[in-house]
Amino acid sequence: MLRETAPAETRPGRRLTPRARLGIAAVLAVAVVAGFLLADTHGYASFVVPLRVRRLVALVLVGWAIAMSTVLFQTVTGNRILTPALMGFDALYVLLQTVVVFVFSASLLTGTDTRVQFLVETLLMVGFALTLFRRLFASGRYELHVLILVGMVFATLFRSIAGLLQRLIDPSEFQILQNLMFASFTTVDEDLVWLTAAVVAVVSVLVIRRLRVYDVLALGAGPATNLGVDHRRETTRVLTLVAVLVSVSTALVGPVTFFGLLVAHLAYHLAGTHRHAVVLPLAGLSAVICLVGGQFVLERLLEVTTTLSVVIELIGGLTFIALLIHRARRNLA
Amino acid sequence: MTATAETSARTRGHGVRAEGVTKRYGRSLVVDDVHLDLPLGGVTALIGPNGAGKSTLLSIVGRLLGADAGRVSVAGLDVATTRGDELAKRLAVLRQDNHLDIRLTVRDLVTFGRYPHSKGRPTAEDLEHVERALAYLDLTELADRFLDQLSGGQRQRAFVAMVLCQDTDVILLDEPLNNLDLRHAVAMMGRLRDAARELGRTVVVVVHDLNVASCYADTIVAMRDGKVAACGTPAEIMRPDLLEEIYGLPVRVHELDGQLIATYYG
Repeated sequence: MLRETAPAETRPGRRLTPRARLGIAAVLAVAVVAGFLLADTHGYASFVVPLRVRRLVALVLVGWAIAMSTVLFQTVTGNRILTPALMGFDALYVLLQTVVVFVFSASLLTGTDTRVQFLVETLLMVGFALTLFRRLFASGRYELHVLILVGMVFATLFRSIAGLLQRLIDPSEFQILQNLMFASFTTVDEDLVWLTAAVVAVVSVLVIRRLRVYDVLALGAGPATNLGVDHRRETTRVLTLVAVLVSVSTALVGPVTFFGLLVAHLAYHLAGTHRHAVVLPLAGLSAVICLVGGQFVLERLLEVTTTLSVVIELIGGLTFIALLIHRARRNLA
Repeated sequence: MTATAETSARTRGHGVRAEGVTKRYGRSLVVDDVHLDLPLGGVTALIGPNGAGKSTLLSIVGRLLGADAGRVSVAGLDVATTRGDELAKRLAVLRQDNHLDIRLTVRDLVTFGRYPHSKGRPTAEDLEHVERALAYLDLTELADRFLDQLSGGQRQRAFVAMVLCQDTDVILLDEPLNNLDLRHAVAMMGRLRDAARELGRTVVVVVHDLNVASCYADTIVAMRDGKVAACGTPAEIMRPDLLEEIYGLPVRVHELDGQLIATYYG
């Protein structure tokens, strides 16, 4: 799906305005959404469609959250290889979920609303993410390979601690956690859909109000400061928003490592401009097209139940390797 | 200095004033209790050997780096306490090694220089400024090229154009002549001198070429080991004994066509 649409859009797209490109992406997104909702209803549309809506909304939310968090993260860190997932944000969220189950025991949790649990975990996530990552990024000066290493160490550390705690807890409680460990787009946590939709909407509004500031931030700490943007404060703000967005996507489907990288780079290539007013929505729409379209193709056309995450992570992982090789070559040249 | 420029300097304060500025990296003192007072208007050249603290001082004055002690005011505004967006209308600073991971055209980059005034929504007047800055640095033909398609010198000029486009009272440039060929280096210094003389700008540049400092600057500030070793007009600074002390190298100074030219090649 993705592979077919992307080049077709770029080639005649040389002369398309960024707005037109956004329009094409929007039309495609609407088409896959319609396909996802309306295909194979076998005349029971009034029954089937409402059932699919919640899952659709969840997929759209996840795609939008991952795309937005990745692009914003890459803007403030001034690189296009690292993503929140690669820096261990997702792993941190899973760890926090595990700790919450471990400390408060599942029996207590089954009584509480998953929505309350989500809010608590998101708050914790923002606190921890800021403590751990702010010092790293607020200086605006760092070596990329050091950050990659830090990310690997953080992610492994978080996963190991989570793994240890999961072995220590009661097997029945472990059941609750098990769904959290692997990304699955087929079993989304539907209780959370409307709450997370509200959260993502609020974050999106905050982002839209600062699109032009993000354009300046992408120039790096020095030039941004020169132009009157408070780099440290904006970085903290963005890291906060990223932490919230990662909480949303991880709570809904679980950790997804390479998807953000994939859609962010699709957007960079297709946008034809550096402006976040185009890049961000384009990344979000690409994510929706990939997720909803991918799910649609897998379920309805190929009729396989392989999880979409496997396919997406494969393509995303290949993109990551390609980017690293490209960069290494450029540095050698 | 004309009468009007003099009064405006008095009413608007100093161009750049540093009092007791100190910066340490770990144990080493990079900038050591620097006092500096540059009037509004004019070109000042910061010279000195590698590691003398020139770039660090420039970054501190340009509020890209916090000082450990001391105060800096630019165009009468304290750089540590004035709001960043207010300061950006009065003070522009460009460091060395400007690398971008994003793909921008030259015009996109220069347009960013108007951000402090337009907040990302450039008006017709802003775009005029952009075109003027492009023409000023001989970039009009390259305006739609992407930065990664340019040579180092062309890219350097694009960044300087962005900073000039900011239209500030004070302009700080760290080695703006990096990568520039002879013609563009001479043109750039000429432009900066024009900006100082005709528009009353205060321009501070870090330069390595003594003769550029001698021929284009109104004031030369010589630094060594984090301290200001000497400060004065080119005639006061371009003295063999002083330069030898600063650079630790025998330097001869000749008067050629009314200019003081230093030679120092074996």
